[in-house]
Amino acid sequence: MRARTRTRTQAAPRRSAVVTHEPIVVVPSTTPKRFFGRGIPGEEVAKLNGKLIVVEGADGSGRSTQISRLVEWLEGTGHATLQVGLKRSTLVSEELEQAQHGNILSRTTLSLFYATDFADQMENAILPALRAGFMVLADRYIYTLMARDLVRGMDEPWLKNLYGIALVPDAVIYLDVSPEQLVQRVFAKNQALDYWESGMDLGLSRDMFDSFLKYQALMRDAFRRLQKTYGFAIVDGERPAGEVSDELKEKIEAVLAGR
Amino acid sequence: MKRTFAELGFPGRLIAVEGLDGSGKSTQVHLLKRWLEQQGCKVFFSEWNSSALVKSATSKGKKQNLLTPTTFSLIHATDFADRYERQLVPLLRAGYVVLCDRYIFTAFARDVVRGCPPDWVRGLYSFAALPDITFFFRADLEVSLARILDNRPVLKHHEAGMDLNLSTDPYESFRIFQGRIFEQYLAMSTEFGFTLVDANARIEEQQGLVRKMIRARIGLDRFTARPLV
Repeated sequence: MRARTRTRTQAAPRRSAVVTHEPIVVVPSTTPKRFFGRGIPGEEVAKLNGKLIVVEGADGSGRSTQISRLVEWLEGTGHATLQVGLKRSTLVSEELEQAQHGNILSRTTLSLFYATDFADQMENAILPALRAGFMVLADRYIYTLMARDLVRGMDEPWLKNLYGIALVPDAVIYLDVSPEQLVQRVFAKNQALDYWESGMDLGLSRDMFDSFLKYQALMRDAFRRLQKTYGFAIVDGERPAGEVSDELKEKIEAVLAGR
Repeated sequence: MKRTFAELGFPGRLIAVEGLDGSGKSTQVHLLKRWLEQQGCKVFFSEWNSSALVKSATSKGKKQNLLTPTTFSLIHATDFADRYERQLVPLLRAGYVVLCDRYIFTAFARDVVRGCPPDWVRGLYSFAALPDITFFFRADLEVSLARILDNRPVLKHHEAGMDLNLSTDPYESFRIFQGRIFEQYLAMSTEFGFTLVDANARIEEQQGLVRKMIRARIGLDRFTARPLV
């Protein structure tokens, strides 16, 4: 242990000497992109120079903390960034919000409404930014949308066809936190559970606390199932934020290097 | 293979009318509704693009020109799903005759003309059963165009297909756009077993045919709301 520390300190001056010869800002390598399915009509993936980085996880899993750390780091190293998330489109975000308040839409409708919101951001925010060479950080992506729908009994091939319009990200990180931990984190921040994040529409339990735990466990299972198909990175989100962000940086460094 | 409501064991029946703008299909469906009501049938009429909540987003999107072929397609699918799950299916379960002015075929035709992949569009609507009868009002393209264009209406951006950059003149764009949709309808006609109605014929002639066809294919007695005494 001590020996290793010593090596590191010894190496330090040599490394800093090299740094002066390296470019101050490194241009990320371009890697080929593709859509999950047929994609967006007329879109040329070859022109997408930026990188799409997705952070997935439940509310309270540390998504926003991690994303703001990544943004700080990426911009610090000279990369332009854009943050996107669900329910943020100009087209339908208001109506979607309204629909959720009234809880009036049935599952296929809500699913398609979310897909519309996603498509609007895909075409008007994500793709233009990638064309311009930005690092796009997505606070949730189609995986959350699919997991929510799967838990509600929607047909998987139907969802797969629907989200054939989505671009395959360069990196997907799922922040894995147990439902028991999540509930503590949510209370530490909000003192109240959210209706939808507790899956109250599913009728799992009339008790919101029980429903939250059951729903989040179902979501976790759905993510693990999706992981098998889509092969994203599952990162233990129960560790201190600094440790988690070090791991994320490492993964994204690999993406920037085109690995 | 998709199935009809009758094949799926629903007590109700769904009748769809399809055709170009100006084919006279809305007039025909109105007359049909009148007749069915007078026969004492439990009947419900549903129009394309009419669900309240989705309508607000659709009209905003169209007005502000925010829609692309993909979002245009998805927002109409959302509207359809809303009506399908909250109105059509429950009413068909309750034994109603449901009349739809436009059904999934409108989306199949329009979205494909706008450049969406046909299998993707069909996949979106795969949750919907097929109508028990689909009337396709087939008028000569020039007749349909004349019915709309003779009044020199102000054509809306999407209605005229202006988003496709077919022509800078809205009327010319409308002509080309409608022509392409017409081709899509014809291509689907056999596949989905459309019942063709000659929309160049007199209104009464068409209505007579429609009513005869419904009598033959759907026993009306089962749909009357008369109490069982």
